[in-house]
Amino acid sequence: MAVTYTSREQIEVYRFSLPVAIFVPLMAVFFQAFIPHIIPAFSSYFDLPLLVTIFFAMARRNPVSGLLTGAAIGLAQDALGSHPIGVYGIAKTFVGYGASSLGVKLDVESVGTRLLVTTGFYVIHEVLYFLIARGMVRLDLHWSWPHELGAAVANAVLGVFLFALMDRLKQRA
Amino acid sequence: MGRYRNVTFLAAAIFLQILGLAIQIKRSTENESSRLIRLWAVSIVAPLEKGIVRVQGGASGVWHNYFYLRGVRQENRDLREQIEQLRLEQVRLKQDAEQARRLQSLLGFKEQFIGSTKAAQVIGSSGSEQSRLVYIDKGSNDGIKNEMPVITADGVVGKVLSVIDGSTSQVLLINDQQSGVGAILEQSRLQGVLKGRASGELVIDKIMTDEEVKPGDRILTSGGDRIFPKGLPLGTVAKITKGLEFLQITIKPAATLTRLEEVLVITKKEEHESTASTAAPTRAADILAQRLPSVPDKPAAPAPGAPAALAAKPAATDTSGSAAPKNNATTAGTGTAVKPAISATANDGVTPRGATPVSANGSIVAKPAASAITAPATQELKKQPAPAASTASTTSTNATMPNAIVTNATVSPKPASVPKALPTKPPETKPSTETKPSQAQPNPHGDAPQ
Repeated sequence: MAVTYTSREQIEVYRFSLPVAIFVPLMAVFFQAFIPHIIPAFSSYFDLPLLVTIFFAMARRNPVSGLLTGAAIGLAQDALGSHPIGVYGIAKTFVGYGASSLGVKLDVESVGTRLLVTTGFYVIHEVLYFLIARGMVRLDLHWSWPHELGAAVANAVLGVFLFALMDRLKQRA
Repeated sequence: MGRYRNVTFLAAAIFLQILGLAIQIKRSTENESSRLIRLWAVSIVAPLEKGIVRVQGGASGVWHNYFYLRGVRQENRDLREQIEQLRLEQVRLKQDAEQARRLQSLLGFKEQFIGSTKAAQVIGSSGSEQSRLVYIDKGSNDGIKNEMPVITADGVVGKVLSVIDGSTSQVLLINDQQSGVGAILEQSRLQGVLKGRASGELVIDKIMTDEEVKPGDRILTSGGDRIFPKGLPLGTVAKITKGLEFLQITIKPAATLTRLEEVLVITKKEEHESTASTAAPTRAADILAQRLPSVPDKPAAPAPGAPAALAAKPAATDTSGSAAPKNNATTAGTGTAVKPAISATANDGVTPRGATPVSANGSIVAKPAASAITAPATQELKKQPAPAASTASTTSTNATMPNAIVTNATVSPKPASVPKALPTKPPETKPSTETKPSQAQPNPHGDAPQ
């Protein structure tokens, strides 16, 4: 599991075609809403929009682009729920910003890094969501470390496969 | 400035979203400001979901209807048996319902009936654990409006939270945190509000610790919320935790909320005074049975003199006094069927709750016909011996109580008053001794003994 530090010169910045940039996040939001219809426990453990946010942010390596991607995906996710719009939006904005900032400093192409980064960002995302939902929206949420850590690892594993798949859509900038 | 460009953008994005969130929270009513965003998001996602659900349904239909037919024969047999049992139960329940309606009409009660419903298919969910809602493929074009109740044959599902467009609506499930349903415990008649928890659990709170609630008790809608009609099943009590002042009652929902496929939206409720003469209102389960392909068709309603059909099965109208294998009941004329056959010691004088009362000599106490309730109190209930009472066993200490058939208050003691269709077939179980015709216990209140 090699986590290597990269210098500015080594950084490879990627971009995505417009259809990919729209279609992939859209599919992530769609599957996140549709899969629980078949596998009810899915939404309790996996967050596909978050994985897509992390991937796009790390690949683009541009914090502004990362935070905007996160905000857009998060707001779309909020729009499908019944709670006020913005809870996922804020959480994913932070994640998008953080992932792209980290992408500048780390080699995020290796499996090990992706596992660690995804695990970490999942936990950060859940903490932010929990704080906003409890603090602002006053949702009655309960925090469970075993559940959150288990879900973080599950997302990281799924993320590794998903990132490998999405790597094919990247274009060198 | 260039150095802080990224952080500035981050701060701006977060600030804008927090501002938007604060505005939505402040307007706790229908948040029109966010409606457009929701509309866009759902309009993009819903068509995809509908397409996939249709393709999936088609493929599944072809597979299950033409290829995967393993066990279908056995299932068919089981279902036929179940239909027979349900037919019998239906007759008994019909009698009870008519009796209840007569009583309600006497008291001038107003009832809420399901006027009309719309069958809908679940096409997706919110995708979040914190927001328990589903999307259905019916919208304003189908007459769906906000706050309409959504049910399945098993029980209550939720209510329409928002009609997105002509063919899509959002349904808030009863286990969402924002949800609240007026509930009543069937046995104790205690009332409370059924709420959802963050974990998806359903709970009723604000019931005092000194109240008696048992696991397994059924919970029904109370109608107090003015959304759900009274009497729809919500679930059963799963767990009771005693708090300092109130009980924490966890409920197992009647409808499978995690695997919803087809639902019914109650588009019209009718409220009127009960009248004994009107036809029975349509039950949600009946409507569902008619509309949804996955539910077997409703059996044909028995015509007047229905026992003719019922008596075709010996077990259904076993008047021999032998043990009826299942909960059977039958009617004769306007009479009320005696409740399911029970096994009891003939002379112990103990009547199990819900079972047919047994007199000291082991015969079944006649339950007066519903019409007897309105009869003058002086009218003496005559006892009709069970048609096959002459062959029923009573002396054996473990004798099984026969199914007795009684007619109205003016019954003839002759078994001839029993419709001809009642089985004349000899009992399968040999009776051990003779039975004396038992005496009915007159009920001064004209009330049905329980």
